Amino acid sequence: MKSLVELRQLRSEIDNKQAAAQLNLKAKIIVGMGTCGIAAGAREIFEAIEEELQKGNSDAVLTRTGCIGMCEQEPLVDVQLPGGDRVTYGKVTKDDAIRIIREHVLGGAVVEDKAVARCITGKQQTGHELDQQARIPTYDDLDFYRKQYRIVLANCGRINPESIDQYIAVGGYEACAKALTMMSPEAVIAEVKGAGLRGRGGAGFPTGLKWELTRKTPSGKKYLICNADEGDPGAFMDRSLLEGDPHRIIEGMIIAAYAIGASEGYIYVRAEYPLAIRRLQIAIEQAKAYGFLGKDLFGSGFDFDLKIKKGAGAFVCGEETALMASIEGKRGMPRPKPPFPSVSGLWGRPTNINNVETFGSVPWIVKHGAEAYKAVGTEKSTGTKVFALTGKVKNTGLVEVPMGMTIREIIYDIGGGLDEGKELKAVQIGGPSGGCIPRDLLDLPIDYESLRDAGAMMGSGGMVVMDNSTCMVDVARFFLKFTQSESCGKCTPCREGTKRMLEILDRICSGEGREGDIELLEELGNHICHTSLCQLGGSAPNPVLSTIKYFRHEYEAHIKDKRCLANVCAGMGGAYVIDQQTCIGCGLCARVCPTGAVSGERKQPHVISEQLCLSCGACAQKCPVSAIVQA
Amino acid sequence: MSKITITIDNQQIQVENGITVLEAAREAGIEIPTLCYHPDLSLAGSCRVCMVEDINSHRLLASCVTPVTDGMQISTRSAAARRARKLNVELLLANHPNDCLGCGRSGSCELQKLAADMGIDRKGVDRFAGQKRKRAVVDQGYSLKRDPNKCILCGRCVRVCEEVQGVMALDFAGRGFDAIVTTAFDLPYSEINCAECGQCSVVCPVGAITEISEIDRVWAALDDPDKFVVVQTAPSIQVSIGEEFGLEPGTIVTGKLIAALKRLGFDKVFSTEFSADLTILEEGYEFINKITNSQKLPHITSCCPGWVKFAECNYPDLLDYLSTAKSPQQMFSTIVKTYYARQIGVDPASIFTVSVMPCTAKKFEKARAEHRDSGFQDTDAVLTTRELARMIKELGLDFINLEDAEYDQIMGEVSGAATIFGTTGGVTEAALRTVKEVLAGEGLDRLDLGLMGTREAQVEIAGRTYNVAVVSGLSNAAKLLDEIRAGESKYDWIEVMACPHGCIGGGGQPIPGSFDTKARRAKGLANIDQAKQIRKSHQNPDVIRLYEEFLGEPLGSISHELLHTSYQARDVR
Ligand SMILES: Cc1cc2nc3c(=O)[nH]c(=O)nc-3n(C[C@H](O)[C@H](O)[C@H](O)COP(=O)(O)O)c2cc1C
Ligand code: SF4
Ligand code: SF4
Ligand code: SF4
Repeated sequence: MKSLVELRQLRSEIDNKQAAAQLNLKAKIIVGMGTCGIAAGAREIFEAIEEELQKGNSDAVLTRTGCIGMCEQEPLVDVQLPGGDRVTYGKVTKDDAIRIIREHVLGGAVVEDKAVARCITGKQQTGHELDQQARIPTYDDLDFYRKQYRIVLANCGRINPESIDQYIAVGGYEACAKALTMMSPEAVIAEVKGAGLRGRGGAGFPTGLKWELTRKTPSGKKYLICNADEGDPGAFMDRSLLEGDPHRIIEGMIIAAYAIGASEGYIYVRAEYPLAIRRLQIAIEQAKAYGFLGKDLFGSGFDFDLKIKKGAGAFVCGEETALMASIEGKRGMPRPKPPFPSVSGLWGRPTNINNVETFGSVPWIVKHGAEAYKAVGTEKSTGTKVFALTGKVKNTGLVEVPMGMTIREIIYDIGGGLDEGKELKAVQIGGPSGGCIPRDLLDLPIDYESLRDAGAMMGSGGMVVMDNSTCMVDVARFFLKFTQSESCGKCTPCREGTKRMLEILDRICSGEGREGDIELLEELGNHICHTSLCQLGGSAPNPVLSTIKYFRHEYEAHIKDKRCLANVCAGMGGAYVIDQQTCIGCGLCARVCPTGAVSGERKQPHVISEQLCLSCGACAQKCPVSAIVQA
Repeated sequence: MSKITITIDNQQIQVENGITVLEAAREAGIEIPTLCYHPDLSLAGSCRVCMVEDINSHRLLASCVTPVTDGMQISTRSAAARRARKLNVELLLANHPNDCLGCGRSGSCELQKLAADMGIDRKGVDRFAGQKRKRAVVDQGYSLKRDPNKCILCGRCVRVCEEVQGVMALDFAGRGFDAIVTTAFDLPYSEINCAECGQCSVVCPVGAITEISEIDRVWAALDDPDKFVVVQTAPSIQVSIGEEFGLEPGTIVTGKLIAALKRLGFDKVFSTEFSADLTILEEGYEFINKITNSQKLPHITSCCPGWVKFAECNYPDLLDYLSTAKSPQQMFSTIVKTYYARQIGVDPASIFTVSVMPCTAKKFEKARAEHRDSGFQDTDAVLTTRELARMIKELGLDFINLEDAEYDQIMGEVSGAATIFGTTGGVTEAALRTVKEVLAGEGLDRLDLGLMGTREAQVEIAGRTYNVAVVSGLSNAAKLLDEIRAGESKYDWIEVMACPHGCIGGGGQPIPGSFDTKARRAKGLANIDQAKQIRKSHQNPDVIRLYEEFLGEPLGSISHELLHTSYQARDVR
């Protein structure tokens, strides 16, 4: 590959091929095969469809794609008849799949009750189909998509991630061709700086500035690293991106490598992401074959090679200095900074390390320019951010939104709000080291500074919606338990301090909290934040500090009244009692009580024996009318 | 490097750009407490005890790893800084046995001192009371024991083992509260690729790594009326043990040392310097043989047992290059239980030989199966400098004011050549003094090789020039051995000492022992050598008599049987 012209030629060849395939009038069936899809059973669906097509003697083409973000609806199957719209089916079972093949693929009639959305691609439509399709919302009609702004996720779920041709067909590698043939490294850096792109790995450091620092450090050899460790439990943005659009990341890395002058790059992926690793391997091979990786790229004299390094899976290995130690074959332990990686990184060489999503934003910026990117988002936080929306919200999944959108918009407009009768209590943002934002702050705009000032952080983009059934002390304990067990153990405050905080939370949650415990948690928490060696310790107390800040009364209730307001913490203080007025006598409580403390006739108010009650709270959790409270 | 201006505690100072805040503060005479910091090792920044406050940003900084920047304003005494430092020590103590009364490091423990200096009280620690690390003490083997429960994970031992010794026997393992510093698979030192040099025990700020004590065994022998207890003290003890009693490093206390040993009840007191002279003769002649018969070179010394074990573990293919001469400790004990026993008419079975060594590996060496040439275990017990000091303190002896005493006869003469065995380069200089005189009939000028890692010299003997290398610290030694392996070594003679700067920096020496301390001990030894009448081993009259009456000649058949040994390849992790 020598020039943009050559790339465009290739693209038009691919276009022609695809057009020819269209003319062949073959139906296309596309199964969502990201890890989420596979977990929901996509592989079996794929096989069932294969079998059914054989039976029906159909010549329809069966392919796969990555995660489109609607995790709630997995497994997803798309059907596109020649000339028709691409229709997406959700929550597809094996039987559904067979029905879809028979009725839609072979019979030409959309299975309306399973259709979720459609993508307008149809050119010539016949009457019945037109009617039918009109009844199915387009993607843009869906709330889940309408408010999203998809830059990084644009191709996820749309193209086959194992086909470089499909990536090129949607304009892939053009940014990299432009950078290498028409821009100087300095110009590339200026563009990224101008766009205001900030690191998506958590800290939000300006990407262009980081590149510039690495470029300016003199050295015969420099490295580029893509951080795909993604150790936050519950986070899967980077995985989905690598599985759904690996070439975008590779393209972003080529541009970055050119800008900083790195000849060697590593993608550090956790070993638990086998599918991402496989797709990356395939993508790297394809990119090499097309001449996007290797020597003298686009005739620019610039060489770049890319390797995959599998991480052992420790959370702390996502921290950049620990990650580099791990690549060097040492124990993944952070070291003090300075020196920063841009000065002394991998094997002592200047190294630039960015997150997957950061690299994923780069091709768009180079292609459309800094101004276009800056137009999205806020002044200080430009562009878009991908979040993994989970918890007690209707539409869970991956969403990409412009920075500056409020939390309320994300949860209610995109996420569809909470289930009937459930009330939002807090939103936990930023992964295990993030903070809990209370209901009153739902109109907080999502940007680096606002989140930080509210005691949370952007982190890698986890967003967990919690309702009234959540105990905030228990939530804080849950997250701290994770960070505490993942501490590398090197520095005193993180190793010893988080353990003591956890012990205090344990005793508060089991009804043995003491006067002064909240203050001790605050003292320790602030101390750990301010004296830890790395940001694991530096942010580990966030969930505790932010819940104390916004939900102090829950802590006090545990400690002073021995009560868990959400009825989550077992073994708190006194026995439970059933409100005789509210009880409907369904008997659910009696069935879960481990000691048989609940008695009562069906449809009559039940009672709990104070002697037998363990205060485990199991009954209270089950009660459909919230008649059970702790005395 | 350019100078920049910073302010520490309102004191404006000019410092080199590139140094750390801690170094700048110490230059200005301001002390900041530290734990994981060690002047001879790389920086870790892990204990977070050296926190100071950056007044401009109000951020807390670990001063040991923070480089100074122009215009920086630092407070070491702000409330936030003091609170942060204290809290980190409290957290360490909350997970510590706090067993000072029964701890070998009480008095020299840096954690104990910090707690006292900071005025930490029970209340401050007890508010964090909770789970404590509970792991078994690892004390199998002969030289070192680890008490993981006292470990504060400062990583100094890990660093000294990797950076100075290149052995990498220790590392961090586990995560979170379960994180520990340990050996591969938690194995005892004796079963791993560990040289047993004890450098870890010297740098450990607390009592987590200590020598396996033989004090009780020695007391038992002294208390036993049927035992004839003979003690030898290594050359370097006389310039280091004074530190245990408040004297400056390098203070020569030979006479007081002998007096103390006699007060402890040893029947006979000798110096290992006597057998060092013997080693010189045996090894010198061995070298002469090698060069006159054109045998393969380099000749590599073998008097350091840590080095020997390191070679056995890592360079088993090069063991043939090692001198077969036993170490002075082992020669001495063998001679005591043979020649000396006969001369004074004592049954060797009743003799109990003790050696006082600057070294933990000597404890391992004495237990080697090879060392039973006298018909008994040649050396019965080995005490480190620290252990002997403890015994002297137990009796409450006023060490500093003891009346000087003298070594016992008939092995009481020592040469200056033997004295400098205690420092790196000493063995080489001592041996070459003798070799040159034997081959060329002329004396050798002082080589004065200094103390640092690897040094080399060219020595002219009888018309031929020999390339000599002197190396201390095993990671330095490894480089020279790799050259030999690759067939690229230019050396004819290599002296290796496992511990940096030789026995004066041994793993059994008083704590603390930074480079500066060691340099002063070395000076003490050089002064003794300088003042000696006899400065060449072959002129030691007691040694001459030993050959006349018993051994015959160097490398003769009795020597061969009693004074030489063999090595074994070790297949360990
Ligand atoms: C404990 C810890 C875990 C981290 N994990 C990740 C991770 O999984 N992925 C990531 O991109 N950055 C992670 N980071 C942030 C990295 O250290 C680093 O800042 C980031 O990779 C830089 O890329 P960016 O500038 O593109 O954000 C982590 C940091 C800490 C302290
Ligand atoms: S803050 Fe925690 S993870 Fe980071 S260096 Fe310290 S102990 Fe290790
Ligand atoms: S290590 Fe130090 S603080 Fe700990 S018990 Fe020993 S003397 Fe006391
Ligand atoms: S054993 Fe001693 S030197 Fe080693 S890490 Fe523990 S406290 Fe530090």
